[in-house]
Amino acid sequence: METKNIMIVGVGGQGTLLTSRILGGLALEAGYDVKLSEVHGMAQRGGSVVTYVRYGENVAEPIVEEGCADVLIAFEQLEAMRYVHFLKKDGVLICNTQEIDPMPVVIGAASYPENILPQLSEEYTVYSIDAMNEAKQLGNSRVFNTIVLGIAAQHMDFTKEQWYDVIKKTVPVKSIDINLQAFETGYQLS
Amino acid sequence: MAEKVIMLGNAAIARGAYEAGVKVSAAYPGTPSTEISENLVQYKDSLYCEWSPNEKVAMEVAIGASMSGVRAMASMKHVGVNVAADPLYTVSYIGANGGLVLVAADDPGLYSSQNEQDTRMIGRAAHVPVLEPSDSQEAKDFMKFAFEMSEQYDTPVILRTTTRLSHSQGLVELCERQEIEDKPYKRNPQKNVMMPGNAKGRHVFVEQRENQLIEDGCDFPINRIEWNDKKIGVITSGIPYQYVKEALPQASVLKLGIVYPLPKKLIEQFASEVETLYVVEELEPMIEEQVKSWGIPAIGKEIFTVQGEYSANLLRTAVLGQKLELKSPAQVPGRPPILCPGCPHRSVYSVLNKLKIHAAGDIGCYTLGAVAPLSVVDTTICMGASISSLHGMEKAKGKEYIKNWVAVIGDSTFLHTGINSLMNMVYNQSTGTVIILDNSTTGMTGHQDHAATGKTLQGDPTWAIDIPGVCRAMGIKNVIEVNAFALKELERVIKEEVAKDEISVIITKSPCVLLDKKRVYTPYVCDSEKCKKCGMCMKPGCPAMTKKADGTILIDDTMCTGCGLCEQLCKFGAIRKAGE
Repeated sequence: METKNIMIVGVGGQGTLLTSRILGGLALEAGYDVKLSEVHGMAQRGGSVVTYVRYGENVAEPIVEEGCADVLIAFEQLEAMRYVHFLKKDGVLICNTQEIDPMPVVIGAASYPENILPQLSEEYTVYSIDAMNEAKQLGNSRVFNTIVLGIAAQHMDFTKEQWYDVIKKTVPVKSIDINLQAFETGYQLS
Repeated sequence: MAEKVIMLGNAAIARGAYEAGVKVSAAYPGTPSTEISENLVQYKDSLYCEWSPNEKVAMEVAIGASMSGVRAMASMKHVGVNVAADPLYTVSYIGANGGLVLVAADDPGLYSSQNEQDTRMIGRAAHVPVLEPSDSQEAKDFMKFAFEMSEQYDTPVILRTTTRLSHSQGLVELCERQEIEDKPYKRNPQKNVMMPGNAKGRHVFVEQRENQLIEDGCDFPINRIEWNDKKIGVITSGIPYQYVKEALPQASVLKLGIVYPLPKKLIEQFASEVETLYVVEELEPMIEEQVKSWGIPAIGKEIFTVQGEYSANLLRTAVLGQKLELKSPAQVPGRPPILCPGCPHRSVYSVLNKLKIHAAGDIGCYTLGAVAPLSVVDTTICMGASISSLHGMEKAKGKEYIKNWVAVIGDSTFLHTGINSLMNMVYNQSTGTVIILDNSTTGMTGHQDHAATGKTLQGDPTWAIDIPGVCRAMGIKNVIEVNAFALKELERVIKEEVAKDEISVIITKSPCVLLDKKRVYTPYVCDSEKCKKCGMCMKPGCPAMTKKADGTILIDDTMCTGCGLCEQLCKFGAIRKAGE
């Protein structure tokens, strides 16, 4: 198979690192060669964060380049817009509709773009969800990433059982059930 | 078959050290090197590892351990190597008893650094061999090779990594730890006491060693030629090798594992068989210049940049002349890193901003005080420089000039090198004010302990250096401790101390908001009835706060940590704790 290129983008603190590690574990379990590239240090402090996951038969570089991503998982709308040009022509964007104002917007030096998702939908296949709201309805706002992953799962090469296994292995025991529910919520939506 | 796991480059470096039988490791945290020690500590039953107060100390700890006959290492970021340069240049002469490896982590692309320097140049200047792995598996394997090489050639060895390697994960096969018998210690002043007479002799040895390595390096298993189409030949190493494989799969490649000194015959042989030779290396033209100095035609920085990271796309464009049809990125507002909601630095900076005081800054999260809306930090150079540069300003312009200046420095950075600068202020009769932003941790790199936290890297309780006590012991009379969130008191103290014709140290105390992950917060809410839309609470730029369409304030309950800074700034009592 051709190497699959996944990007996860969001705001520092939203769990992009953990999500990429879940995907990495999944690819390893499924017997692929896999590389991940992460962001640590200063950029994590509320900044724009991007992580890459690549899996396939033989993976050389650990980053996904512009115009090469099969799946772009965005935990925030503005970040989706910032990185969407990394998608292939037939790539898929999965976007949490949450909006987090960056500092230039907070201090009034810039404004948050309007109609991001309708605009991106004209060019790309977009799946969007208010995952934060869905997660709150499930009873824990922190599982919003897992809902988004549930949607993304439909566009990758792993079985539902493999996803269940990696979730069970990765999340704390007491939150396994709610995370599986969250995954299912996203999985059914796609 | 050996167990295969997915491993961060830095974790693989730690694993390599463990498998190589390392007994002592010392480091100071610095992105992108920090996770090496954080991973090494899991093997603490087999080895000793510590956070040292700075990289010079860490290097010397490793040297001492090596002299005593065990395998030892130090790890640090590229700019840390500058701090450790003093012992490094001389231990090059001394060599190694037990294997001695310095892991240096460069940061092409400046993800979390103040410059983009290339450690390979330091290896060359200090005549210390430099190895460079290309993925996690090699990171582990090269560490083991580095220790063997160190002992065989009587030399310290630098293993150079970069952010992209250190912070990428790849598959690694695990091996057992090799227990290495301690080498006997023998008194040998000619080798270990570097006074002029002895050092002269050792300098001769260093040159011989280097010549030997230039020859032997041709047969090192860490270098390899991958023959392919000979129209394009590429010499490369490290992470750029991966970009070459991705972009130029048809090219012949000489992949160097040792990048200093270079295996000359191997390079000459490779170059003679290819039509056009390219040298692909990030940052400085270190390999390229040497290759060209031997009269070998090659293409390098004529078409490649000396700045930032490379990519396969960059090579496709530069080498193959491909025109890539890429969409241009959307014009969207930037999202620079910011101080977290509840960060105590924001509180201190809001006071400095109000008082229109300039800050000579330092290295840490608090460097972010340079950007709007706080805009307090005027300068940032390197670890410890806030204090010494403020002193320099006073000596240049006089004590009145710095009445609206302070130096700001974190607790870990103060203990790193700020402490020397403070000694200088006392000794040379400065009247400046130093604010130590004490958040009880090394924050930026992700909460490492230091000499004043009372805990070691291995998790043992220890004596916590008393920072105010240290300042007083230097002879400073004005040492004041203030809660970082007590705005009024903070304002009074800062005003009083900068006005004095005496040196002052203000220690603002409040732990990093991310330190206690179990803490449960009660967020604040804004009562839109009482809100006068004056915007005072928005001034410090807390990311949890946004202005609603009607001008009143919305506090995001998932982000607010209940620090209360906005409540103190609101003159109309519109902000209160949720539920009160």
